[in-house]
Amino acid sequence: MASVGECPAPVPVKDKKLLEVKLGELPSWILMRDFSPSGIFGAFQRGYYRYYNKYINVKKGSISGITMVLACYVLFSYSFSYKHLKTPAGRSWAISEGNSQEGVV
Amino acid sequence: MNESLFTPFITPTVLGLPAAVLVILFPPLLIPTSKHFINNRLIIIQQWLIRLILKQMMTTHNAKGRTWSLMLTSLIIFIASTNLLGLLPYSFTPTTQLSMNLAMAIPLWASTVAMGLRFKAKITLTHLLPQGTPTPLIPMLIIIETVSLFIQPLALAVRLTANITAGHLLMHLIGSSALAMLAINLPLTLITLTILTLLTILETAIALIQAYVFTLLVSLYLHDNS
Repeated sequence: MASVGECPAPVPVKDKKLLEVKLGELPSWILMRDFSPSGIFGAFQRGYYRYYNKYINVKKGSISGITMVLACYVLFSYSFSYKHLKTPAGRSWAISEGNSQEGVV
Repeated sequence: MNESLFTPFITPTVLGLPAAVLVILFPPLLIPTSKHFINNRLIIIQQWLIRLILKQMMTTHNAKGRTWSLMLTSLIIFIASTNLLGLLPYSFTPTTQLSMNLAMAIPLWASTVAMGLRFKAKITLTHLLPQGTPTPLIPMLIIIETVSLFIQPLALAVRLTANITAGHLLMHLIGSSALAMLAINLPLTLITLTILTLLTILETAIALIQAYVFTLLVSLYLHDNS
């Protein structure tokens, strides 16, 4: 039910936020986003300030604001070093691309 | 075993691209700036810390030396934050790479020496000879002092690298030995875990102290030469 003050003209797809885009419009929404360097930088900046203003820039910010960031950093570093951690320590004769030495603990 | 000992120190790459740049650029995200007078708690704590560092470090310098305040303060904050972030599991510490520490130490040391030679050339050269040396010893002593001058940047870089790398390696070894002993001998595992806890506390202290020492020495070289 439309409320009294709502404007009846449809909002263009490009300007909708992600949760308001209907599923059928998703490909066109993705294609219309600004993927230039300044656009990507703007997206990072918006994301950063969204997190900052919600968790840190408040009157009684707690330690969880920064702990969440550090936890994400740990997960991020784990994903980077996943390739090296795949072979269990001491068994480097398992098939891995870089090292083919036959080392034993 | 050799491979797993070195894995924490491998520069992270994504499809061959160095992601080390991203890791080095991460600490500034944790240090926000603010234009307001009254801030949130994170900024208040960090501003208090920076004021403490500034007061502690820059009072001994004259006006010319104090133009270096921004450089030295950002140096100590960078080294401290990078070292502390390196204590998190799976993270990469850029200060374990000798290349980065040399890149920090050599330009800073060289600029202090260049400043000394440019503004107070005679006094800088006379620093090469301590007062009151007997005359026959003078040539040898000048050579020794010159060598010790040129060793300063190398010592700065290698000190930081070696301390942080050794600490990480020790924690890695003791941790994996505690894990291996869990199935064999439980009391020994508990002792090893206690050692690991103490070591972690030590590492936290070392992370901060190394930052301090690095910056202090650069500031000392500056004081000699300004």
